[in-house]
Amino acid sequence: MKKNEVPQDQASTYAGQHKLMYAVDEKGDYTGVPSSGWEVESNATRDALNAINRDRLSAWERAKHGETSPLEFHMYDRRMDLSLLAQTVGLFQWRVRRHLRPAIFAELSDSLLERYCEALGLSREQLQSLPETPPSE
Amino acid sequence: MSEAIADRDTSETQPRSFNHMQSAHCESGVMAAMLSHYGLPMTEPMAFGLANTLSFAYIPLVKLSGMPLIAYRMPPHWIIKGLQKRIGLKMKFQTFRDQSEGMSKLDALIDQGKLVGLQTSVYWLPYFPDEMRFHFNAHNLLVFGREGDIYHLSDPVFEQAVTCPRRDLQKARFAKGALAAKGMLYYPEYVPSEVDFPEAIPKAIRANFKIMAKAPIPVIGVRGIRYLGKNLQKVARDPRKKDRYLRLYLGHIVRMQEEIGTGGAGFRFVYAAFLNEASRHTHAGLLQEASAKMTEAGDEWRRFALVASKMCRDRQGMDVAELDSILNGCADREMSVWNLLQKI
Repeated sequence: MKKNEVPQDQASTYAGQHKLMYAVDEKGDYTGVPSSGWEVESNATRDALNAINRDRLSAWERAKHGETSPLEFHMYDRRMDLSLLAQTVGLFQWRVRRHLRPAIFAELSDSLLERYCEALGLSREQLQSLPETPPSE
Repeated sequence: MSEAIADRDTSETQPRSFNHMQSAHCESGVMAAMLSHYGLPMTEPMAFGLANTLSFAYIPLVKLSGMPLIAYRMPPHWIIKGLQKRIGLKMKFQTFRDQSEGMSKLDALIDQGKLVGLQTSVYWLPYFPDEMRFHFNAHNLLVFGREGDIYHLSDPVFEQAVTCPRRDLQKARFAKGALAAKGMLYYPEYVPSEVDFPEAIPKAIRANFKIMAKAPIPVIGVRGIRYLGKNLQKVARDPRKKDRYLRLYLGHIVRMQEEIGTGGAGFRFVYAAFLNEASRHTHAGLLQEASAKMTEAGDEWRRFALVASKMCRDRQGMDVAELDSILNGCADREMSVWNLLQKI
């Protein structure tokens, strides 16, 4: 990649920041060049975020209707999935999956709730409730 | 930079004389900044290359959001440990079971005027733009000062130095899950005053040759690149995966290659920059030629990302045979680099 080929696509994912790229100058030597983003990269980032967001909105809807526990919403809201949340709290996935059932989540012990609060960075009240309105983004 | 070393005696809490340098990648950036700060001028590409960090690995057993791990460099801490061996640097590492102990130790070191490296989770660092916050536990940064509960950080992937409140920094240091940092901090105990480049560079290149060209399993090194191409063809033949999953998978590969602080083309340009800088110390003609060839390999990786991205957005018909052939082109170009470097 030549210096003048370093993309400057003003990616929203960079929030005005620049990343450092390495590119070749006129003399054939490498130099660091700040880039404001590459559309190819930011599209991939945004697709990944959209995929998480779809799960997040669907979990909010289902939790609102009592079909899943608020835990599922908070998991996606923290950009986690089942395997990552299980790893973070140190439980098998099948146990976390059980805790997504509203009846079982409602009966969860203090120590397990504490572990979920810690993993998700939420207070007890936040973990056990849902935001009033469907989350934006 | 050297005047900063002279005032190590004070138990200052003010930000000290430290020059933030922006880097493409966190770990090589942290090490370049740290060594330069302690009087051994070091660039990011040189730190990356001396630690023979370039790699390729396709690891379906390790999953990230349900996708196989695809890595373009050796695993976390490889650069720090590799530099110890290569240039005789000595680092002290420490992890903590107790979070408050981990924070007090950091405070004590900072108050002594030391520059401290930390392993952190990107997700919990509040200064990251929201769209870049993902759960990645092996992000490296430097702490160069604090004022009470506000820490002055040099995060190498950012343009300027940043600040972070104590609570968030603690959360980021002690996030659990894959590659959990357990509060890991590190600082140098001994920094050599110079590097014997004509000696160290060929050694580093030979070690990297083994990784890329002589890996014992087919998913690592140049063979791993071809393996990924075959895997794409396999996914496209699977009726359950050929639509939604294939697109997500291609997006995942592009993110691993471009988004995760690689300096472009999955570290290929950083390594080409290393070969370019190395040519000023030894084997000038050969290393400059290898650098140019590595640039061509990197350009081909960028073309892969571009074409895959177009196919995902239906601006071009989905054709995995074409993607497979571009990946084989990347592998061919990288192999020609290593065939050349074998002579060193």
